[in-house]
Amino acid sequence: MMHEHAFTRRLFIQRGCALASLAATVPYFIEQSALGMLGDPALSSQPGVPDERILVVIQLGGGNDGLNTVVPFGDDEYYRARPQIGIRGPGAAAQNGQPAALALDGARGVGLHPNLAALKELYDQGLVSVVQGVGYPNPNRSHFTSMDIWQTGRLDAKGSGWLGRYFDNTCGGTPKPEAAIAIGRNAPLALEGDVQKPVAFESPSLFRWIGQDLHPSLKEPYDRINRAGAAASPTGASEPDSQKSFLMRTALDAQLSSDRIRAAAAKDPLVPYPQHPLANQLKMIGAMIRDGMPTRVYYASMGGFDTHGSQLGTHGNLMKQFAESVQAFQRDLKEQRNDARVTTMVFSEFGRRVKQNASGGTDHGTAAPMFLIGAGVKPGVFGNHPSLVDLDQGDLKYGIDFRCVYASVLEDWMKAPSEKILRARFANPHLFAAKA
Amino acid sequence: MSNVFQPIAKKDFDYAAAQHLLNRAGFGGTPAQVRALVELGLDDAVDYLVDFKGERVSNDGFAFKNDILRAQTPQEQELLRRARIEKDTETIARLERERQDRQNNDRAQIAAMKRWWLARMIESGRPLQEKLTLFWHGHFATGYRTIENSWHMLMQNGLFRSNCAGNFADLARGIISDPAMLKYLDNDENRKSSPNENLARELLELFTMGEGNGYSERDIKEGARALTGRTFKVNDYFFDKQVHDAGGKQILGRSGNFSGEDFISIILEQHACSRFVAYKLYRFFVSDAPTITRDGVETIERTAKALRDARYELRPVLRALFRSQHFYAKENRLSIVKSPTQLMVQTVRSLGTPVRSIDRLVDSGDYMGQELFQPPSVKGWPGGRSWINTSTLFMRQNTAVFLISGRSVRGPAPDPTKDGGKPEPFDAMHLVDHLRDSTGALDARECVRSVASFALGGDPGAARLAELDAYLESVGGAGGGNSAIKSTIKSTINPTINNERLQALLCLIAAMPEFQLC
Repeated sequence: MMHEHAFTRRLFIQRGCALASLAATVPYFIEQSALGMLGDPALSSQPGVPDERILVVIQLGGGNDGLNTVVPFGDDEYYRARPQIGIRGPGAAAQNGQPAALALDGARGVGLHPNLAALKELYDQGLVSVVQGVGYPNPNRSHFTSMDIWQTGRLDAKGSGWLGRYFDNTCGGTPKPEAAIAIGRNAPLALEGDVQKPVAFESPSLFRWIGQDLHPSLKEPYDRINRAGAAASPTGASEPDSQKSFLMRTALDAQLSSDRIRAAAAKDPLVPYPQHPLANQLKMIGAMIRDGMPTRVYYASMGGFDTHGSQLGTHGNLMKQFAESVQAFQRDLKEQRNDARVTTMVFSEFGRRVKQNASGGTDHGTAAPMFLIGAGVKPGVFGNHPSLVDLDQGDLKYGIDFRCVYASVLEDWMKAPSEKILRARFANPHLFAAKA
Repeated sequence: MSNVFQPIAKKDFDYAAAQHLLNRAGFGGTPAQVRALVELGLDDAVDYLVDFKGERVSNDGFAFKNDILRAQTPQEQELLRRARIEKDTETIARLERERQDRQNNDRAQIAAMKRWWLARMIESGRPLQEKLTLFWHGHFATGYRTIENSWHMLMQNGLFRSNCAGNFADLARGIISDPAMLKYLDNDENRKSSPNENLARELLELFTMGEGNGYSERDIKEGARALTGRTFKVNDYFFDKQVHDAGGKQILGRSGNFSGEDFISIILEQHACSRFVAYKLYRFFVSDAPTITRDGVETIERTAKALRDARYELRPVLRALFRSQHFYAKENRLSIVKSPTQLMVQTVRSLGTPVRSIDRLVDSGDYMGQELFQPPSVKGWPGGRSWINTSTLFMRQNTAVFLISGRSVRGPAPDPTKDGGKPEPFDAMHLVDHLRDSTGALDARECVRSVASFALGGDPGAARLAELDAYLESVGGAGGGNSAIKSTIKSTINPTINNERLQALLCLIAAMPEFQLC
């Protein structure tokens, strides 16, 4: 009986995918919500998978200095390579104006940058997994290419984004509006699927038609034109699959998305957020999660990590902004009681050279730590810190391929087939708690 | 059954047909330009476009540098070598900084090239030349970020432009000698001792025959051997004989000691190649609707045959296609989703709006999903409906508002010619000047109808016109007026049209879903 039920339901849903491209009157996502494809865990497209799990990606652009983020204070080589910019171990007196690193329970010889105190609090609450030495073979030191490698999940940096492929593999053929939202002017390649396309906006107030600002009388006719859907179309849309009906349906979707997103973001957050660009992005994401948007992946980013010169102050500020923003976001989620639904993944396109350069900064490097944050993660420090002596052209050798981390996120958190999405089998390091 | 590849009757080349031609074989034009094409008549109008009879673009003198990314000089190499031995970190850091400066300068140059090309598309009197250049850029897709050499991208752009309506064989041979492509698809690493199949595979799959159209994995492997040794030095193609595999190969049923050029010749003999090129032309110029109709299939077959008959000369084929019944058939009017570039360039060229800021237009193109010199993958831009989603639709509507009114989400674009931060004025009245009666007066409703069908490239339909009328009535006659009175006798009050209202109407028209089609 159960099996039969499941079978019919899946057929029903598959049919829903097909019908969505033909039906002429209903915007895609309403139709899908009605079919239970979004939001309702009991009617997931994969039995037993709660649809409402959310992944938030934070991209640190420019190449974050991993060695000064998770500090290998137990290794003297670190201080030989970085006489001016090395951070002392926990308990040591301030050096170069920098306080000492923060000790991590259960980790030997490594600690967090002193300005990551807010992140350490989350760590102490068992909400952080630090994955050490993440990279890939034949590392590319170009920002663009290495970022594309991370975003495509392919060493040739070509093709669609890895999260775009995640969506492409969940309901083939029918994109879901609002399934993936990036805060920023540009949608990241990571979210671009062959079918699924992300929504991107800098701020919700810009996710609207600006023509209405020219003259108030324009708003009403605009709304009627763009909310008509294909049904009320005047001419030419008698065929439901015509180019014009497609555009009218998308126009209606855009208006509804705009309404939802702006309404969500207009609400005050439940907790105060600091005044940083990343905090603002996470605040918007928090608001959208709280409002029950059907979005599965949110993408935030923070730049400025390309610290070639005098990096101590710059990098310290970035660390502080990052940690405080993430902490506020985590508090917000907890206050909303959505903390169990959300995992945040933090990455950068590469780490930096082991040796400091002559300008008190560091040049492009290779492997670096990643963070997974949330109630679902297996807390602690995962993997060994890469050797500071056994180097490849002055750079760290990676210990964990980033696609293995993706595999864990996909399989253990998103409950998706990682091999299909990553197009190869990557050993799953199981970075999530078994109950997750 | 009638042959849909035959030309239409000359008398059927009316205003709407001429506008359709100008949109597809170019980036649209003003009402006056459309009328000029009608007067030329079908054959001359097509020749005018296909033979690039218009004026050359004026911004040819743009200066780009070919040596920003020069290799290190022997002196620099020696300096670096000694600095490494002596652990002279200062010198090493200085050389690294210089290298990074060169890279930053090159990125600035590719940004300038994007502006240069977009301006060229807007200004050129030979719109089909730029449009075909864009077509080949998407066909033989190569991305700057992978090769990081702006001059090589510009050389490739030149290859496309000079051969865009010439012979496809020259394009195919050119592309396997093109430094940007050789680098992009790793052929600079394709050596006899360790063949790299990337170029051979994409050459067959994406550039000539199309996936699943009659070649095998073995043809790829053997083709890759034929392409070994094709690399480049600095800015020039270089054949490295030392690493070329001169041995015997079997490709597509032929045997011989084939070279890269031979590989191309063998491919061109395949009917699949002419069909694939015909298909790509069809999707770009005739229709990108998800299903291809029976007439469409027939047109592709006949285009392919025309390509073979013309030994891959493109001009005669384009001439036939742009005169064909199928090209002008009702099913193919407004059947293509404008690319972001088409959207911007056509808005400027047809409505005559100011360019406002080429920088911002380049940015808008990126956000709408078409970054010039950076197609998303070697497959190029998938085009059609993939251009459109809820976020790009707002960007498209807002980009049109920006061009028409100067207003943007980032604040108004300042008039480059004046201080004061006001947008550059746009006189939209030229779109309706031909409707003035003997006293110079204009009928507002007539203007609405004329501008809407012009801007949308076809009859907007009664419901759309009703919305435009509703706006005009809400702003009323010349002095605005009492809304209570207006609501009772609005049908007798004739609203007046002026530049400001016409701009507002254009913004509304550009926000209609069908504005995204051409």
